[in-house]
Amino acid sequence: MITTDIIIIGAGPTGLFAVFEAGLLKLKCHLIDALPQPGGQCSEIYPKKPIYDIPAYPEILAGDLTDKLMEQCKQFQPGFTLGERAETIDKQEDGTFIVTTNKGTQHKAPVVAIAGGLGSFEPRKPLIDNISDYEDKGVEYMIKEPEIYRDKDVVIAGGGDSALDWSIFLADVAKSVTLVHRRNEFRGHLDSVEKVQELKNLGKIDLITPAEVTAIKGDSKVEAVEITKKDENTIIVKTDHFIPLFGLSPKLGPIANWGLEIEKNAIKVNNALDYQTNIPGIFAIGDVNTYPGKLKLILCGFHEATLMCQAAYQIINPGKRYVLKYTTVSGVDGFDGTRKEAPKAVVKAIE
Amino acid sequence: MDNQDVSITIIDREGETHNIQAPTDMAMNLMEVVRSFELAPEGTIGVCGGMAMCASCQCYILSDTELPEMQDDEEAMLSEAFYVKDNSRLGCQIPITPEIEGLIVELAPES
Repeated sequence: MITTDIIIIGAGPTGLFAVFEAGLLKLKCHLIDALPQPGGQCSEIYPKKPIYDIPAYPEILAGDLTDKLMEQCKQFQPGFTLGERAETIDKQEDGTFIVTTNKGTQHKAPVVAIAGGLGSFEPRKPLIDNISDYEDKGVEYMIKEPEIYRDKDVVIAGGGDSALDWSIFLADVAKSVTLVHRRNEFRGHLDSVEKVQELKNLGKIDLITPAEVTAIKGDSKVEAVEITKKDENTIIVKTDHFIPLFGLSPKLGPIANWGLEIEKNAIKVNNALDYQTNIPGIFAIGDVNTYPGKLKLILCGFHEATLMCQAAYQIINPGKRYVLKYTTVSGVDGFDGTRKEAPKAVVKAIE
Repeated sequence: MDNQDVSITIIDREGETHNIQAPTDMAMNLMEVVRSFELAPEGTIGVCGGMAMCASCQCYILSDTELPEMQDDEEAMLSEAFYVKDNSRLGCQIPITPEIEGLIVELAPES
């Protein structure tokens, strides 16, 4: 069991900044995120895109913003449970919460801050009638253990980087790799596209374009897929695995079943005070919340995170006095023993 | 001030038809107009914010209105989206300009 002061669900910019603000109040945080890396949308969807409305940054790349937020909060030593989705929440008799992920990792804290953005990123599933019957029986939407494909026949569908990169990788592992895409053009790094071209020429990747996988065949597991090529008859390709890689889309997911008040696919919070939800001790900050006048902006998430931490302090330290301190005056004392502070003024007589 | 609105018709995902007046002077796109008139629930449209990176604003063009040509990123995104038809476009890539007066679109299903 991981214990902490604040469990933060979502390691995007709002969640990361909450770690810093909590740290100033000597509260420790642990972040849970379904993605394998911190940064949320900023690192998953648009790391190379510029953002122009972060105060004091006329322009910053989303990936760089993530790096800077990580650096800013690092002395407060946040814990991370990455690549796991927060699944359930249980309130204990002592008022604390236990958050359990889809992989069974348990986290305990008196305060939970949901900074889940638009939700957790789930693979986009192609519209094939019986596809759900074959999930984990030859259909995988994400490659977790490449070794299971060793000496197997594999069909990959998709036209982006992950489809290209995994086709390249599995060309050396699998018995055969067939890449199916709806167009002849691929959207990926130039060297990946060129590498797939090279492997195709060597006969190591069978490229079928423009085409679509339109059906899955097999008794209790995937045995073949039906591929429909534009303006041609369908063909049946024998395969052990079918891996559709059509990117990820955010879904509110299990959080929607936590008994929180939901409106417009977001969690209703008290914006007059501290962004608490209808369940005391559970807060929602950043894009995941809604209230009158809500704007889904990173800078609004920062503000909400800051106020949430003040409320969390009161829950964790009931009745304990505190006044806001300025980092310029007080410096920043990290949990790792580091201290940042303003240099002392020089007092020296002029002769 | 002159009226700078254009009339467009949007059929929502429930099949309901909305005739709306959209401003041409706010640098809006079709996805943003759908959101501003709340014709699809928040979180189900414009998920990526309008970068042609999610296809949640896919729509079918039902009129023969002349639209700006599709750019590479829109074409690439549509090639990975679902429910795509020959008349599919991404709403976020269609700016609201006087030229689109009379446009009729239908929102594609959520996926």
